[in-house]
Amino acid sequence: MWDNQTIMMIVEGTGVTLYMTLVSTLIAYALGLPLGIVLVVTAPGGLMPNKIIFKILDVVVNIVRSIPFLILLMLIIPFTRFIVGKSYGATATIVPLAIAAAPFVARLVESSLLEVDHGVIEAAQSMGAGNWTIIWKVLVAEARTSLIVGGTISLGTILGYSAMAGVVGGGGLGDIAIRYGYYRYQADIMIVTVVLLVALVQILQMIGTRLSRKLDRRITR
Amino acid sequence: METMIQIKDVTKTFVGKDNTVEALKGIDLEIHKGEIYGIIGMSGAGKSTLVRCLNFLERPTSGTVYIEGKDLAALNNSELRNMRTQIAMIFQHFNLLMQRTVIDNICFPMEITKTSKKDAEARARELLSIVGLTEKEKAYPAQLSGGQKQRVAIARALATNPKILLCDEATSALDPTTTKAILTLLKEINVKYGITIVIITHEMSVVQEICSHVAIIDEGTLAETGTVEEVFQRPRSKAAKKLVFQGERDQYEEMKGKRCIRIVFTSNSSFEPVIANMVLACNTPVNILLADTRDIGGVAHGQMILQLPEDEGIAEKMIQYLKNRKLEVEELDNYVG
Ligand SMILES: Nc1ncnc2c1ncn2[C@@H]1O[C@H](COP(=O)(O)OP(=O)(O)OP(=O)(O)O)[C@@H](O)[C@H]1O
Ligand SMILES: [Mg+2]
Repeated sequence: MWDNQTIMMIVEGTGVTLYMTLVSTLIAYALGLPLGIVLVVTAPGGLMPNKIIFKILDVVVNIVRSIPFLILLMLIIPFTRFIVGKSYGATATIVPLAIAAAPFVARLVESSLLEVDHGVIEAAQSMGAGNWTIIWKVLVAEARTSLIVGGTISLGTILGYSAMAGVVGGGGLGDIAIRYGYYRYQADIMIVTVVLLVALVQILQMIGTRLSRKLDRRITR
Repeated sequence: METMIQIKDVTKTFVGKDNTVEALKGIDLEIHKGEIYGIIGMSGAGKSTLVRCLNFLERPTSGTVYIEGKDLAALNNSELRNMRTQIAMIFQHFNLLMQRTVIDNICFPMEITKTSKKDAEARARELLSIVGLTEKEKAYPAQLSGGQKQRVAIARALATNPKILLCDEATSALDPTTTKAILTLLKEINVKYGITIVIITHEMSVVQEICSHVAIIDEGTLAETGTVEEVFQRPRSKAAKKLVFQGERDQYEEMKGKRCIRIVFTSNSSFEPVIANMVLACNTPVNILLADTRDIGGVAHGQMILQLPEDEGIAEKMIQYLKNRKLEVEELDNYVG
């Protein structure tokens, strides 16, 4: 049964999973990074405190985060169809993945930025820095290690979600695992896909950790 | 002399959920160009709040802050940011950007003022040589000692040629030797560039070391202001006395109940023979509990604490003896508490 076709399918599945994960993470960051920044900046005691904006975003983020992924996936099928043109397949899965991950990313970004020492922000203010400069050159630049760690966590989480999307024919390794392992009782194929998923998470984690350590100047070597 | 900073009836009230704190209760202060002005007070007295009002990191609840005659409250945001490039600040915990090299930290304020990278780096190198850290250019703050970090912070503060340098407990995280070195550096900068320096501290020794003037702040009000010499030789307010005699308090507690006096020597009295002669004249020894000479603003200044003999008559005679030699004698019992 380990014919060429099966192997090809698994190789392709791995590629599809990576494609979904990376593109979804990218979009999730395109949404979540600004969202996280706005949360930090508008929070009470932030650079530009704004109760209304902060509260609205805070609630929205919490709501989206608390909807189980599979339900969110179903809920936004009309929206997905509108964007991608169809509601199944790898590209269509990217839409709910990115939307589910964006508030998660926003929270990770928020917590990374909050780690930046308030004294450093104050020092920048005392030099006459504007908020824009402070956001990019102090908050984001100083939190970069933590942001990269957050990015690694997001990749792993989104990869896990992408496997879940297999249930509704999302494509990728998760899809294969369910079709062969669950519906056809081909345990070996399922095991291989699971091992591949684990390996992918491990590799992403390793790259992320290496990168963040390499870029962290607080560590003395 | 030209007025650099003028503070008029400044108050600051922090309104919390269930309490309000009046951190400043009507402060008036004038600081002239080129002065090194110390602001000293106990913890919670309002020192940091006051110094943060000088660059509007904290906006006063009422009152006015003038920098070179300009009312800070009248400036719009961009004018205020511009003004801040002229009022540098250094901090107790240095507040360097940990992810940037030393030289990039020093370049940071010049990025804000949009100086070209080339000019900024040249200026940064010049500053590094002034603070004596040329070889650390490419190091990261995590690789530096506390004293070195503060030197970087000073270099960073000077980058935009500010007129004023505010120091909030700039040496409080440093050991005595390093403190001395940093204070010497600040003094050099003051002399060389004529920059006005405001030093916030809770340590009298810092004020003695470099300040020309001092203000004593106590529970949000100014207890006393004057030249360092004046305030040290004749502290009038309770808060001032408490600070000036800070170091002696411990010895002092033990001697409660016994009669102790403090003698103040000014520049023209040499004290060794006076005490020796007094002992000879009265034929009774005394305990010298503390002898301390300090160099305040270039004038030798000293004090001694003596424990007098039990015998009231002899004790009285000794006090008379000292007073006759035009020394200031103060009974310490009055001061305890
Ligand atoms: N942002 C704030 N919100 C509420 N209260 C504050 C705030 N900042 C300072 N205070 C209060 O104002 C008073 C003066 O504080 P400040 O920090 O100016 O004291 P300090 O003299 O600098 O003390 P220290 O030597 O401990 O630094 C304190 O009672 C403090 O609790
Ligand atoms: Mg303070």
